[in-house]
Amino acid sequence: MCIDCGCGTDPNHSHHHDHEHGHDHEHDEKSSRTIRIEEDLLAKNNRLATSNRTHFSAERLLVLNLVSSPGSGKTSILERTLTDLKNQFDFAVLEGDQQTTNDADRIAATGVAVKQINTGAGCHLDAHMIGHGVEGFDLATTDILMIENVGNLVCPASFDLGEDHKVVVLSVTEGEDKPLKYPQMFQAADLMLINKIDLLPYLRFDLEQCKAFARQVNPEIKIMELSCHSGEGMQEWYDWLTAGVARKRRVASDEGVSECV
Amino acid sequence: MHELSLTQSIVELAIEHANREKAVTIRSITVEIGALSGVVADAMEFAFDVCSKGTMAESARFEIRHIPGRGRCLECHEESELETLTHICPLCGCLALETIEGQEMKFTEMEID
Repeated sequence: MCIDCGCGTDPNHSHHHDHEHGHDHEHDEKSSRTIRIEEDLLAKNNRLATSNRTHFSAERLLVLNLVSSPGSGKTSILERTLTDLKNQFDFAVLEGDQQTTNDADRIAATGVAVKQINTGAGCHLDAHMIGHGVEGFDLATTDILMIENVGNLVCPASFDLGEDHKVVVLSVTEGEDKPLKYPQMFQAADLMLINKIDLLPYLRFDLEQCKAFARQVNPEIKIMELSCHSGEGMQEWYDWLTAGVARKRRVASDEGVSECV
Repeated sequence: MHELSLTQSIVELAIEHANREKAVTIRSITVEIGALSGVVADAMEFAFDVCSKGTMAESARFEIRHIPGRGRCLECHEESELETLTHICPLCGCLALETIEGQEMKFTEMEID
């Protein structure tokens, strides 16, 4: 409906002020004009994410964006991973939460460099926050940057941060149908960690069904089952991280060779 | 509620373009939102009222054009309409479909004075 005079009741009335509708009304037609924009709503975020990715790639950094619902065990997985691998790799961690520095305090206790990003009312981290978030880290000596996103299975799916992989964590206490309920996130992730498997004997959680649901929304997704409490399955995750770092170093050395030639 | 930050960026972009065109007011803003983009149109409309308040876009008509989802089956390669990301191919029953349309989130045009 025309906002100026209320003419027309057709909701599809396109209203381009092309003067093809035959009625009289006083628009300030001389100055009114339509301009094409054609810009992706995520364009600004994507530009900043590309800039982050270029920066991280130059530093040969493996960057992971950990996403999940609140309480799946992202921070606990990180604590155990950092404790077990900190002598093997240099880590840096960005912790995203709406409020508190609780998670950053837990990570700091492992001795790894960490920065808390509080999003306030925000429901996700964006590429701009990450670009500034890493400013205090010495990325030249860092092998792996772990970004723990705000606990939310919806919004963080849409925002590229410049990471190599989104890693989605799903704990067995949440129900096996989460990939169907929140398909965007499981489609965006390269790896799914099914956490808290030490609790399986006490729950009615169909592990195979959960994996089938995840593959239904993302046939390519890699899946690992683990418990950061018992340690079961953690080695496969560590091997995946180790391979990721090796790949970064290999790419960097290949580039070095081609520069020499 | 990432619709709030997306809508905030629409309003900022609209004002930027309007200023560049030396416009005094923004009459309408049109965006295209795909059915599989993860954006809730109602939430975006609500967010627009909040984000545009006190700006030159305050009285603008906010139009959301819906783009239906389309997918291609990874098994039989036939295309079909997709209502969700968990659709099953209606032709062969395969579970895995590649999305080819419906993930759009685009600011397409605006009308200014």
